Amino acid sequence: MHTVVCIKQVPDSAQIRVHPVHNTIMRQGVPTIINPYDLFALEAALTLRDKLGGTVTVLCMGPPMAEDSLRKALTFGADRAVLLTDRYFAGSDTLATSFALSSAIAKIGETFGPVDIVFTGKQTIDGDTAQVGPGIAKRLDLNQLTYVSRIAGIDADTREITVERRAEGGVQVLKTVLPVLITMLEGTNEIRRGSLADALRAARAGVTTWNAADAGITELLKCGLRGSPTVVKKVFAPSARTEKAVLIETDGRNGAQMADALIAAILDRNPALDADLRRLSAGF
Amino acid sequence: MSDAPRQQAPAAGRAGMKKELPDRFKSYKHVWVFIEYEHGHIHPVSLELLGEGRKLADKLQVELAGVLIGGDVDELGEAARACFEHGADLVYRVADPVLAHYRNEPYTKALTDLVNTYKPEIVLLGATTLGRDLAGSVATTLLTGLTADCTELAIDDERSLAATRPTFGGSLLCTIHTLNFRPQMATIRPRVMAMPPAVPGRSGRIVDHGLDMTELDIITKVLQFIPDRDTDKAQLAYADVVVAGGLGLKSAENFQLVKDLAGVLGADYGGSRPLVQKGWITADRQIGQTGKTIRPKLYIAAGISGAIQHRVGVEGADLIVAINTDPKAPIFDFAQIGIVANAVELLPALTAAFRQRLSVHRLAS
Repeated sequence: MHTVVCIKQVPDSAQIRVHPVHNTIMRQGVPTIINPYDLFALEAALTLRDKLGGTVTVLCMGPPMAEDSLRKALTFGADRAVLLTDRYFAGSDTLATSFALSSAIAKIGETFGPVDIVFTGKQTIDGDTAQVGPGIAKRLDLNQLTYVSRIAGIDADTREITVERRAEGGVQVLKTVLPVLITMLEGTNEIRRGSLADALRAARAGVTTWNAADAGITELLKCGLRGSPTVVKKVFAPSARTEKAVLIETDGRNGAQMADALIAAILDRNPALDADLRRLSAGF
Repeated sequence: MSDAPRQQAPAAGRAGMKKELPDRFKSYKHVWVFIEYEHGHIHPVSLELLGEGRKLADKLQVELAGVLIGGDVDELGEAARACFEHGADLVYRVADPVLAHYRNEPYTKALTDLVNTYKPEIVLLGATTLGRDLAGSVATTLLTGLTADCTELAIDDERSLAATRPTFGGSLLCTIHTLNFRPQMATIRPRVMAMPPAVPGRSGRIVDHGLDMTELDIITKVLQFIPDRDTDKAQLAYADVVVAGGLGLKSAENFQLVKDLAGVLGADYGGSRPLVQKGWITADRQIGQTGKTIRPKLYIAAGISGAIQHRVGVEGADLIVAINTDPKAPIFDFAQIGIVANAVELLPALTAAFRQRLSVHRLAS
């Protein structure tokens, strides 16, 4: 079983600050991490390999520094790491990104053996689009299984795979045939800590670095800004509100008095809520 | 997964480029809303999008269409009526037994064929699991632009769709255009747009379209659908009253105070992202940019500081009430009513006061 896990190096969004004057992202000093959702995908791939054998190749498109994320993935136990990096990819939107990644996955298949499953996280925490996975599936003509919460069964001989996927209002149990693309939901597994042996191996292991030509990409017009149908026209900070909350007086009041004052303020502001609350509390 | 998708960063070089729509796209007209119809129900986000689509279509002076894909022609006819009452001029209907349950392959074919046949300039879908799964495939098949998870839509002076979405976890907003390709596609989160009032009896026309696919053509099979039990279902997005807690509650045990108040109010409950990370609540109860967007009549935030990610998810609430010990907490900048107090101490008092008030009312009635 050969699986490819697509990961992205992202800024740790919890630590991002916006420049107060220019409304730009202040990247300096912001640590980068592997997109947290991708770790669930990586773990799913490693679990499958431990069970069925085979190899796990981790693929990351990004600037040269994204090699750090790939090394991290190797310490978790991935067998091989490929960094796809080229200035032609700069400014890629999701359509251009899925083109570059799908080309690299095809090349990985040619170079290291046919790919059975492509894994990604359900989305990234910086772009939040959830579009790149489906884009890769469509370009490689793979069966697409998004928001997968569990791989219920896989048969290496018949090449059938059964998964549970989160759908609106319930769980869909789907059966399809390899090769497939799977986007993994968060919280689906416990991310392993790499072993000491994995860490030592990772330190020695090389990360394979490919540019566009190495990945077999000749249609550079489909890459980067030129290959991106979407155009960002404007980036701006959410408008600051001038209104401040009306604060309930707390001095010299006990909890019950504060609660009464709060309820009075709520109903004073919106008297119609009184009827809504009575209706709801009665269970209607 | 890319280096820096431009759904996050401005593209100075391209942004100023003159729009030259290729000739083959010039006949693309009309605004479409994909209507999510499953298990006999239209997802409310689709009707919300008809309200928004109506505004865009009126601005462009074109027709608004709903797209209904499913297994039963009569059921879809019933659903079409709801579309007309919520603003659609016409409905494109693709009815075929293989479309009875959502599967990516046949739905992608159905929607792609419709677009190629009837050529809409704008296609909107809900940013649900289904909508995102389908939109990504269709946009890639059509090789057009798709903007994810929008919170605002407008038509600019050049008749182009301006789609605004939060980026970097909600700390910034960006406006995205698809200048040289058609259709312009976008997904929009549930509850961001207001539900348009229904106009009973308003009608329109139905255009039927075939699928040209059989079960044998489709590799993926649906073995089972396990609906969530009612008790598991968080109805946060559509709840009239929501009580939520944050790290100010200090412990998982104290989260019970939020549930207690919600119980007395007949409200739903949720929390901020750190609570999901700490395992105090499940992910489907997370409120904010990476969780649910809510539009309740009353929102009570207890011990939530109000990071921008949270703010994005609650701004549509009619009335936001904040309880926080820190008077400088950002939540007081977007709440209408605030109280500088410890939520762990105040919540029980608030629950008791509401219980008393509401039970008196009940006795009186």
